[in-house]
Amino acid sequence: MAAKTQRIEVMLETLLESVDLAESISMRVAEAAGFPEEEVHKIGMAVREGVINAYNYGNQQDRQKKIMMTVELQPDNMIVRVLDQGKGFELTEIPDPLAEENLLRTSGRGLFLMRAFMDDFRVERGPEGGAHLIMVKKLPQPVSDNGKHKPE
Amino acid sequence: MPLQGTRRTLGDVTIVDFSGKITLGEGSAMLRNTVRELVNSGSKKILLSLYDVDYIDSSGIGELVSAYTTVKNASGELKLLHLTKRVHDILQITRLFTVFDVQSDENNAIRSFK
Repeated sequence: MAAKTQRIEVMLETLLESVDLAESISMRVAEAAGFPEEEVHKIGMAVREGVINAYNYGNQQDRQKKIMMTVELQPDNMIVRVLDQGKGFELTEIPDPLAEENLLRTSGRGLFLMRAFMDDFRVERGPEGGAHLIMVKKLPQPVSDNGKHKPE
Repeated sequence: MPLQGTRRTLGDVTIVDFSGKITLGEGSAMLRNTVRELVNSGSKKILLSLYDVDYIDSSGIGELVSAYTTVKNASGELKLLHLTKRVHDILQITRLFTVFDVQSDENNAIRSFK
């Protein structure tokens, strides 16, 4: 378990390559934090979806705009924030991708996946009006040398 | 690994063996182009084998849905074969198992086309 908060901030260009880069950074941090492989995959995918959202819908693929990603390891949580320079949105405005009438839609599943793969997910309005996605994953319980979970 | 697709034909069924990632960018575009080409060339029975596809994102899922409707609108059938666990899980949590005909055996899959 991390003793104190550690934080990485990355300013990403609004480019397709930034999606892979953000995913890769978050997976490395998750690995270092001790998440098992499948959870590392889920965290990477959630972050990927967050940056796709910023690239496509927030910044509308405008290369003049930036995407700010922050990855933070707190004593109990890994928190990833993705901030774009778009117009922002309300989660309540987004159609439910699981609703029968939306199953054949070709978009709109990214936010659902972020919510599914993380322990907590919310959207706030950034300081300049863009969408600020906040994803939280509880850190795995620390495991002692004999492979048993350490007591809290 | 970028998405690659190898086509083969068994009777009137076209099978595409995909390997790699179906993700935003090249992977999604490759899937889209492959299915469009098949439909434009008159294929009505299309089986996408995803045995070697271990990663799909929301863009890739959208592209699979688009492929399904493209084939259906051309009066054809599109089915999925040999899903990896990760792709299987994604289709399950997004409820797309209720949309796609997902097969696990190639011979049975071929026989299942009308």
